[in-house]
Amino acid sequence: MSVAAIGSYEHSTHDAVKNFAHPLLYVAWDEHMIFSAPCCVTISLSTSLEDVVQKILPELYGQHPQFKNINWARVQWFKSATMFTPNMTASLAEHGFTHKSVLRFRTPGLEGIRGSCG
Amino acid sequence: MDKRVEKNKHTLHDLYAAMTHDLHWETTYQPMDKVFPHDRYEGIKVHDWEKWQDPFRLTSDAYWKFQGEKEKRLYAVVDAFAQNNGQLGVSDGRYVNLLKLFIQAITPNEYYAHRSFAQVGRSLRGDALRIATQMKSADELRHFQNQTHAISNFNKYFNGMHHAPQWFDHAWYLSVSKSFAEDAFSAGPFERLIGLSFGFDDLLTRPLFASLMSAVAHNGDLSAVSVGFTAQSDTSRHMTMGQEAVKFLLQQDAANLTIIQRWIDKWFWRSYRLMTFAAMMQDYMVPKRMMSWKEGWDMFVQKPGEALFAELAQLGLRKPKGWEQACDGKHHISHQAWNAYYGFGHTLAFHTWVPEIAELDWLSQKYPDSFDRWYRPRLEHYAQLHAAGQRLNNQSVPMQCQTCQFPLIFTEQGSGRWTAYRETQHAGETFHFCSDHCEEIFSNEPEKYSQANLASHQILQGQCYNAGVQENTAGFDRQAAVLDFCQIVQGHDNGDFKNSEDALNFENWGAGQDPQEAQL
Repeated sequence: MSVAAIGSYEHSTHDAVKNFAHPLLYVAWDEHMIFSAPCCVTISLSTSLEDVVQKILPELYGQHPQFKNINWARVQWFKSATMFTPNMTASLAEHGFTHKSVLRFRTPGLEGIRGSCG
Repeated sequence: MDKRVEKNKHTLHDLYAAMTHDLHWETTYQPMDKVFPHDRYEGIKVHDWEKWQDPFRLTSDAYWKFQGEKEKRLYAVVDAFAQNNGQLGVSDGRYVNLLKLFIQAITPNEYYAHRSFAQVGRSLRGDALRIATQMKSADELRHFQNQTHAISNFNKYFNGMHHAPQWFDHAWYLSVSKSFAEDAFSAGPFERLIGLSFGFDDLLTRPLFASLMSAVAHNGDLSAVSVGFTAQSDTSRHMTMGQEAVKFLLQQDAANLTIIQRWIDKWFWRSYRLMTFAAMMQDYMVPKRMMSWKEGWDMFVQKPGEALFAELAQLGLRKPKGWEQACDGKHHISHQAWNAYYGFGHTLAFHTWVPEIAELDWLSQKYPDSFDRWYRPRLEHYAQLHAAGQRLNNQSVPMQCQTCQFPLIFTEQGSGRWTAYRETQHAGETFHFCSDHCEEIFSNEPEKYSQANLASHQILQGQCYNAGVQENTAGFDRQAAVLDFCQIVQGHDNGDFKNSEDALNFENWGAGQDPQEAQL
């Protein structure tokens, strides 16, 4: 379907990649909802997964008491709903991430404050 | 002797006909389609406008008389409340934050509704409905003014109200409300009529006027509750108009059914998402509690909604597509919203707090299926942080739904475990949603919703700073720059209620209800 209008309908979107300094990436730690929603960051897609773990995630999630207990070797990684095998030295682009992709990670055994997903 | 002039005795029926349908004429200098260019492009077909009957048979002369009386009664209470320092008699200083969110998120929507319906009135060639919608437009303007006047008394004494219109336009968390208003405002006249009068007014405003307004009265705010009551009689008329409009259009042409059903699906879901603010107010921002959001939902939405759609089934309508998910959401949305706004409490123009233990117990009792399992532990964690002199402050900007613009805080149906994600592609770009229904609304009109101005993205694009502010300078603080741009005063308008200027003032003024007296 398309929009019903009285004439031709010209429009532009606001979130094309050219409007950002770097592509947009959404990041979420599943089952840890004291942060309530996935986070938006702008990031070069040449950033390695290792650098995401070392430099981005502590800033976003370091306040959670379980963050320091994460065993990164056991973390499950997802691009949107699809699990992928991480190569920590490979870039986000090499893992298939593009502008407005979702990066989710799951930490089995750590399921939020008293197991509440908080 | 002069001959006595016989008074014309019109029946209500005659008067209504004379003051509505009889005012119609077919234009001759210009074709009707040029005079009314907006009432056909949506695909709705009307064959006989004479069939529209306003159930109230309200004519303009009666309308102004009734409304004038209501205004007099209302302002007697509002003025008395201000003169007697009524703001000191509310239950608890936290209560005022409900009014802040109301004037930030709800009141501007009244103004948009006024504008929306003025344009519906101008757009429809059916005279009687045109007059009914113009009255609705005047009602909405009245509600906007009444709320502004009543809350302005509180604005003299409390933070968090001083730039409400600017916040509506710029503050990230209010884009939920602004996008709702603008979605309606940019729709065609029939969609606006059905979407707002039926989807919003008829299906979802009862919790606002019944359960929330009772709670406002219970907390000692006689000014705001009087505003609620004076608006309620107008809204009853709007609800009836919404139902009549649905029935009228369905009876006019069989082809209208699929269009009307799609609008009901859409506006039920848009309105339901918007009412998350009311859910949060009711469960968290009303210090003296009466009824939970869930109880209000059961009584004022679910039960009457089931009955209404059973009746409308004979016209071919079914319940809105999101009905089951919305009914499931009654266990969750108030808690998910308060959790989100608490975590982003340093970016808002109202205060947040951790409920006291007795309040947590009340929520446990009211939400046996969800609160202890999912939501109480995180609130108790925040309380522990407080005890240690800390507070959770989310450092990021949240991912928002492209349609309703809420952050993705809602979980999949039946559980508080998994955040709901949906995504789709349009014209080579990826778009994200909080639910099936927001995704479907987008997919029905991707050209419209792909233009959404998402606040988080605007912030990251550097669009939300005052002129001259540069990101790449030493000591640049993005959050402070965005708050400056929005005219939210850091540390005064936001943060935790405890130790806030509002809390200290309220205590110093000796305000609040005597707990023993309040129990009587």
